[in-house]
Amino acid sequence: MPSVTLTVNGKKATADVENRTLLVQMLREHLGLTGTHVGCDTSQCGACVVHVNGVSVKSCTLLAVQAEGADVLTIEGLAKGNDLHPMQAAFRENHGLQCGFCTPGMVMSAVDLANRNKHPSEHEIREWLEGNICRCTGYHNIVKAIKAGAEEMAGGR
Amino acid sequence: MSDSGIGAAVRRKEDFRFLTGKGNYVDDINRPNQSYAYLLRSPHAHAALGRIDTSKAKAAPGVIAVFTGEDIKVGSLPCGWVVKFKDGSPQHEPPHPVLAQGKVRHVGDTVAVVIADTKAQAKDAAELIEVEYKPLPAVIDMADATKSGAALVHDAVPNNICFDWAIGDEAQTDAIIAKAAHVTKIDIVNNRLVANAMEPRAAVAEFDRGTGEHLLFTTSQNPHAARLLMGAFVLQLPEHKLRVVAPDVGGGFGSKIFLYPEECILVWASALVNRPIKWTAERSESFASDAQGRDHITHAELALDKDGKFLALKVSTQANLGAYLSTFAPAVPTYLYATLLAGTYTTPTIYAEVKAIFTNTVPVDAYRGAGRPEACYVIERIVSKAAQELNIDPAELRRRNFIAKDAYPYQTPVALAYDSGDYFTTLDMALKSADYAGFAKRREEAAKRGKLRGIGVCSYIEACGVAPSAVAGALGARAGLYEMAEVRVHPTGSITMFTGTHSHGQSHETTFAQVISDRLGVPIENIDVVHGDTAKSAFGMGTYGSRSLPVGGSALVKALDKIVDKGRKIAAHLMEASEADIEFKNGAYTVAGTDKSTPFGAVAFAAYVPHNYPLETLEPGLDETAYYDPKNFTFPSGTHIAEVELDRDTGEVTLVNLTAADDFGTIVNPMVVEGQVHGGLAQGVGQALFENTVYDTKSGQLVTGSLMDYTMPRADNLPSFTVGTHGTKCTHNPLGVKGCGEAGAIGAPAAVMNAVINALGAVGVHDLTMPATPEKVWRAINGRKAA
Repeated sequence: MPSVTLTVNGKKATADVENRTLLVQMLREHLGLTGTHVGCDTSQCGACVVHVNGVSVKSCTLLAVQAEGADVLTIEGLAKGNDLHPMQAAFRENHGLQCGFCTPGMVMSAVDLANRNKHPSEHEIREWLEGNICRCTGYHNIVKAIKAGAEEMAGGR
Repeated sequence: MSDSGIGAAVRRKEDFRFLTGKGNYVDDINRPNQSYAYLLRSPHAHAALGRIDTSKAKAAPGVIAVFTGEDIKVGSLPCGWVVKFKDGSPQHEPPHPVLAQGKVRHVGDTVAVVIADTKAQAKDAAELIEVEYKPLPAVIDMADATKSGAALVHDAVPNNICFDWAIGDEAQTDAIIAKAAHVTKIDIVNNRLVANAMEPRAAVAEFDRGTGEHLLFTTSQNPHAARLLMGAFVLQLPEHKLRVVAPDVGGGFGSKIFLYPEECILVWASALVNRPIKWTAERSESFASDAQGRDHITHAELALDKDGKFLALKVSTQANLGAYLSTFAPAVPTYLYATLLAGTYTTPTIYAEVKAIFTNTVPVDAYRGAGRPEACYVIERIVSKAAQELNIDPAELRRRNFIAKDAYPYQTPVALAYDSGDYFTTLDMALKSADYAGFAKRREEAAKRGKLRGIGVCSYIEACGVAPSAVAGALGARAGLYEMAEVRVHPTGSITMFTGTHSHGQSHETTFAQVISDRLGVPIENIDVVHGDTAKSAFGMGTYGSRSLPVGGSALVKALDKIVDKGRKIAAHLMEASEADIEFKNGAYTVAGTDKSTPFGAVAFAAYVPHNYPLETLEPGLDETAYYDPKNFTFPSGTHIAEVELDRDTGEVTLVNLTAADDFGTIVNPMVVEGQVHGGLAQGVGQALFENTVYDTKSGQLVTGSLMDYTMPRADNLPSFTVGTHGTKCTHNPLGVKGCGEAGAIGAPAAVMNAVINALGAVGVHDLTMPATPEKVWRAINGRKAA
């Protein structure tokens, strides 16, 4: 079994995995980071989005062995203790989540969008979210939350 | 209004854990020495089972056990509702085994289970099971299933008809239709949908040999009902030895109400192999095994007089039940459907008949709205069609037929009695916010750009807050539908509340806490709401049918009343005053007309440290339980208006605007209510424009078996919505609440389709079936029949 070492949320993490083990399985089943979710088997839903080397990636589309040496950020690594990241805070403030299942992927995806585009328009946010499915919110409040979160991250309001 | 009481847009208590990855969903749970189950499912829609050879699978690495229907001799999955044929005889209830017995009846039917050390080992070993299938002709379409000589899904069910039920007076309805000034006729298909909660179903079961106790973690909307049905009917386990926990659940929309084979198999097998077992559905399994929704074919006729007043409605529906009777399946196309056919109107005479049909497809049961969206779609499509035929504005035709504001309680001809409502105000609100008056100008402008623009109105009603137990029982329910609440005040005045409802996105942890905070004056951060564990909440019927606040919230108010009353006795003792003189408000007991006051917390403390306490007449402690059985259904209503543009070249439908004006009675948290409406609207739009469950009509293969094939609404398919509310209070529950969870999914499909068909009117097309995909719309515009 190959041994894979990653930096996850700033800490080195090593696990012996099968060749076929996906990054999301390594995170959830080997490292106990169950904040990252699996909602489908065709890389459609985006519940498993994490950051790999600073960009959002569906962690079901990557084998764990392909991520060897990568710097991975999951939803567990976003807040500083009890202080939510501005994007997390914006989701809370704007009721951008209901059941919470798609939320980690949504937030991680949104943070990547805001890193690339400091002032995304509603249209740009909706286009960006094409790879993240939510069944609860109708996206209305997710879009509002991302707009607010991006503005907060950009340092203005 | 306090900043955390009823009416405040309190930010949610549950969000911190969900936003930081600390949610506790079933698949996040791992038990020591856990093994994994994988279900081998039928690749055939209909086949006799020959020999099943599991020897190679049993010898595969890591495999602990392999079981087939031969091994698991337990009870059938029960059905919770009995509907009768027109002649009074009961529905057919063929057995629903947890693992196939002799025959498989749909693609995805459970054939065998493999239990192994790892998920991958279980899945690999399942491939080594050799199953001798003898394929049989499958019936997929309802029309084929009811033809004479059709293959039978269940040998004991003639013509595949589970029941043929009716409500209303057929002869009278026919007589009125025969001599009416105008009759509008319509044929409707209500497309089959897959709930697709983002969290796939999952379960973890374990058995403690020391105590003889079974523990099941499962993705359920109603863990107590799951325990009762599984324990009493399938596995013969008493309740005190079966604990069911539904922790954080990632959406349900109805699909997680029902008792499923997998969770029963896990509880049964975990005792046999003496190890915890986990099972998590892959999305493709969800498609092939979660109960699906809708799937009706309907012919309806509406009789009108020369002024456009509705005289009579006749509805004939065929409802597809799939291969087995799911838990509440019979109630959905009958008592949750035909009883709503009066809609918001004074139609005096209604007759409806419903034929429920077995086919070789995944079972069909409640999906957000459950019966009410189907009823709303029939009424609101036929009313708009009548308006078009009679050249009356569709909003005006609705207004002309609405039940008057002062007519409540209003008895409909189809059993229900509406307690309150005001359809005129919500219609006017929606017309105003949608700028209905300015539509003609927008259509002209769109036409200049080569687009067909349409507007659609839908004035819905729903029956929620299920349900008065005696009424439900008389109509065939095998359960009561009350709710339980326990309010446990701790010695220092903080509170834990236990409910039998279940929150899987609905925000009960916040909204129930608001009700408590409002009543007791306790800060919301000192209140926790606990749900989803049969070992914690005494009982409960769970969450569906927009019942949690109307029924569970009412139980909560009753429990709070008991707390306040007991506190009054304690306060009277502490302040040496007469109980009759004690008032309770703003979190304190006061002696009327004096400045004597004791805060609620001090009363709670005295209840647990009863040094100065009326022990002769009052027990210590401050912990009260209440059960509430609703007196009637609640009747949320409102108007939804959609505006669309169709592209003549591509057939693509752009939803430009969706406006909702709803009456939910009292609103506890407007932010949460808006969120519920948004989500419902998106699902309604999904049904109208995108979603459809397609089976190959010969082989019975599920063509739309993944998220790559089944079109879920995504962010870039939808606009932001315009929502508003106008509440008329429910008259028979203490909060005056009606429920808001399903409205969007009920009203939006007809609003959107009325808009699409309104746009198509410009090219002479006056009908289209859901979903209005680009292909269908393009063919409609270009006059080509579907391939």
